[in-house]
Amino acid sequence: MMIRKALPGLLILLALNPLAAIADPDIEEFKLDNGLRIIVQEDHRSPVVVSQVWYRAGSLDEVNGKTGVAHVLEHMMFKGTKQLKAGQFSRLVAAAGGKENAFTSTDQTVYFQQLEKSQLPLSFRLEADRMANLQLTAEEFSKEIKVVMEERRWRTEDKPQSKVNEQFQSTIYKVHPYGRPVVGWMNDLENMTVDDAREWYQTWYAPNNAILVVVGDVKAKDVLKLAKQYFGPLKPHALPARKPQVEPQQIGERSLIVKAPAKLPYVLMGYHVPVLNDPEKDWEPYALEILAGVLDGNPSARLNQNLVRQSQVAVDVGAGYDMVQRGRQGLFEIEGTPSEGKTAADMQAALLQQVELIKDAGVTTEELDRVKAQVIAADVYQRDSMFYQGMQIGQLEISGFSWKILKDYPARLQAVTAEQVQAVAKKYLVKDNLTIATLEPQPIDPNAKPQGKPHVH
Amino acid sequence: MYINKMIKSLLLAAIVVLFSFQAQAGLKIQQWQTAEGSEVYFVENHDLPIMDISVNFAAGNARDEASKAGVAGVTKYMMTLGAAGLTDEDISKRMADVGAVLGGELDADRASFKLRTLSSARERDQALDVFTKILHKPDFPQAVLEREKARIIAGLREAATQPESISSKAFMKALYGTHPYSIDEEPETVVAIQQADLKKFYSTYYGAQGAVIALIGDMSRADAEQLAERISKGMPQVAAVAPLPAVTYPDQAKEERIAHPASQSHILLGYPGVKRGDADYFPLYVGNYILGGGGFVSRLTEEVREKRGLVYSVYSYFMPMAQLGPFQVGLQTKRDQADAALKLVRETLVKFISDGVTEKELQAAKMNITGGFPLRLDSNGKILDYLAVIGFYKLPLTYLDDFNNQVNKVTAAQIKDAFNRRIKTDKMVTVVVGGGN
Repeated sequence: MMIRKALPGLLILLALNPLAAIADPDIEEFKLDNGLRIIVQEDHRSPVVVSQVWYRAGSLDEVNGKTGVAHVLEHMMFKGTKQLKAGQFSRLVAAAGGKENAFTSTDQTVYFQQLEKSQLPLSFRLEADRMANLQLTAEEFSKEIKVVMEERRWRTEDKPQSKVNEQFQSTIYKVHPYGRPVVGWMNDLENMTVDDAREWYQTWYAPNNAILVVVGDVKAKDVLKLAKQYFGPLKPHALPARKPQVEPQQIGERSLIVKAPAKLPYVLMGYHVPVLNDPEKDWEPYALEILAGVLDGNPSARLNQNLVRQSQVAVDVGAGYDMVQRGRQGLFEIEGTPSEGKTAADMQAALLQQVELIKDAGVTTEELDRVKAQVIAADVYQRDSMFYQGMQIGQLEISGFSWKILKDYPARLQAVTAEQVQAVAKKYLVKDNLTIATLEPQPIDPNAKPQGKPHVH
Repeated sequence: MYINKMIKSLLLAAIVVLFSFQAQAGLKIQQWQTAEGSEVYFVENHDLPIMDISVNFAAGNARDEASKAGVAGVTKYMMTLGAAGLTDEDISKRMADVGAVLGGELDADRASFKLRTLSSARERDQALDVFTKILHKPDFPQAVLEREKARIIAGLREAATQPESISSKAFMKALYGTHPYSIDEEPETVVAIQQADLKKFYSTYYGAQGAVIALIGDMSRADAEQLAERISKGMPQVAAVAPLPAVTYPDQAKEERIAHPASQSHILLGYPGVKRGDADYFPLYVGNYILGGGGFVSRLTEEVREKRGLVYSVYSYFMPMAQLGPFQVGLQTKRDQADAALKLVRETLVKFISDGVTEKELQAAKMNITGGFPLRLDSNGKILDYLAVIGFYKLPLTYLDDFNNQVNKVTAAQIKDAFNRRIKTDKMVTVVVGGGN
């Protein structure tokens, strides 16, 4: 996920579980004639409101040669409209006491404001304005594309594990657009023009490709009225047909090496696995989610307990799985940093051994219950944050699911059996379906030139 | 611009309404002391079936000895990895079994332990049982200590290769010289840490007296009193901790350049800033919003990012601490433009300090800070952190109620005066990692 400006608190969102349910949701949804969908969750605990506009446009929708354009356009959305000068958007929100930002990921681009509740009309007025009236100039573009390149250097070029992840994604996905970095390849950024950004805006920014999510101390009726006033007059336009993109089945293990200045090696492994498709019938995604919890749901979960605390082959381990993906492709990922004196090969062997252990002997009822207890508690805890609640709703809706499936989530997880967890491990965590990336640390040479080809300006 | 003006006048009206509302119905903080002398700060809130606890000690890493830097952090961490006979595995399993989340923080001043749990009896009781054992009876098992030392050392060696870590470490050293705020762990100081050091640190700095217990959530006053007594009672009875020494200002400018092959240079500039409760705090805070704290609308962002595209991020902040915490300006930029960016940042800072802020900038800053006040308190988690800070730094109980008033009282003249007295641009510390090819 790319964020327009580093906000430490937001990074936690990476761990957001869009399906951790809201136990007692007071949610209403509406649709305007122009196709804009509006979902409102009333939460009256504090006199504040969060407003998020979700566009169904992310790096998933990009094409080769123009990677990163979704994110670049996100930056340009602050550069003025027919009525507002560049930067004025942020000044108006700031003067209203608001916090605002935006972020782009594979599946969507999201713009949000957090405000004292009486300021909601300002948010709607400004968002409706830039949904239709963005002014893209070559002058502003030429400055902002440099900002984005600095962002890429900061986020990816100089962070060894980010680099590994970027290369890993582009190896595990050979065809599907999830193989391309959200921030874009540097070469594509260097060759991007304001026309590319304009084309993106004109293609995807329309009320019929957006979802407005509002959470806070508001009345759903009032929000609808306000939305009609500001967004109602906007014209929809036809959206390009979205062709299904499917990654061909992997037919053999893949591996890659990334070299970067670092001290410790790092191993990142991934398997292609199913994601949520039919919320009524699917059970495998829920079993995979439990499996991730058994491996890495708490400090005494398998990977940390066995590899960091017991055998001490690793200083750090992790496992992860996201079942909600608009691109309908998913990965089950496992990672580890070996202890000093241990090699990447030791790390890889130890992680694979933990996978085999689950395939051979399954998981215990105790482990299963522990993961379920954590899910139930996390569900309550997330209600302490309006922003998270909005994120859950938006993530589901942008992926083509209804927020209504939130309420069934705990029951579906509860229904997962130990046999099902073992079954998904056996079915998907197999060698031919595995990709392994390894970071080979390089000594720091202070006289070295930066890697990559020189920039041509 | 026409629209802009209209919005602002509407907004002022809204702020006045909001402000009077808060004057009447501010956050209701209850405060008392336990029998053992811990300070309790409590907010009762039954909206969600959850409880949050934070227990705070003057046990930050400024309490370390330089030769064994890391003892404070290792003590705090090891407390959660073995207590009253429970192993690290027992502790994390018992917490996870009831969905409780154990957390905490460590900075130079303060060590805090946090617990979030459901308020239902079974979950709450099990979580509190483990939490109080951690605070009262840490075991510091030898084998776990050796394991964790190895992990910490590996992490330090890794960090020593990464430009962001290298720059912040060098910055604090250059800024604070021999003051305890400069103390930072190194592989050799962590190697030296023994079990006895942890036991001694615990029994010196984790006493009941002066500890600050912050509580919020689904519990009655009687429940909160009982809980605070229970937490306080089992902690060591030791004398209150002495204050940290005062910070001395640098007597001349320092600039350190550290070679690194990264594509970006990491640049930090700074000077000793403010204390908690400092008389200049509000003028500096509001002024800094204008300089580099106000996200997209600050002068630094405008000059360095918006006008010239030199950076993704440039910021400035004051971190108020028990003694003068850092005033820091930071940015990262492509290495071959590092010097140009640094020059621009310095010019922007010098101009800000010599010329001060405009009335328009001041109004905009006040509107953001006061208008956004409700966002500071919109979750139990955020309120808990405020309670801990108010208690730990002995800020007035009315700190939050008075906050907007204090901000509104700040004048442009006060900002100029405070920055001129407090930030000497000709004596600042600068660290540049990477670049210069």
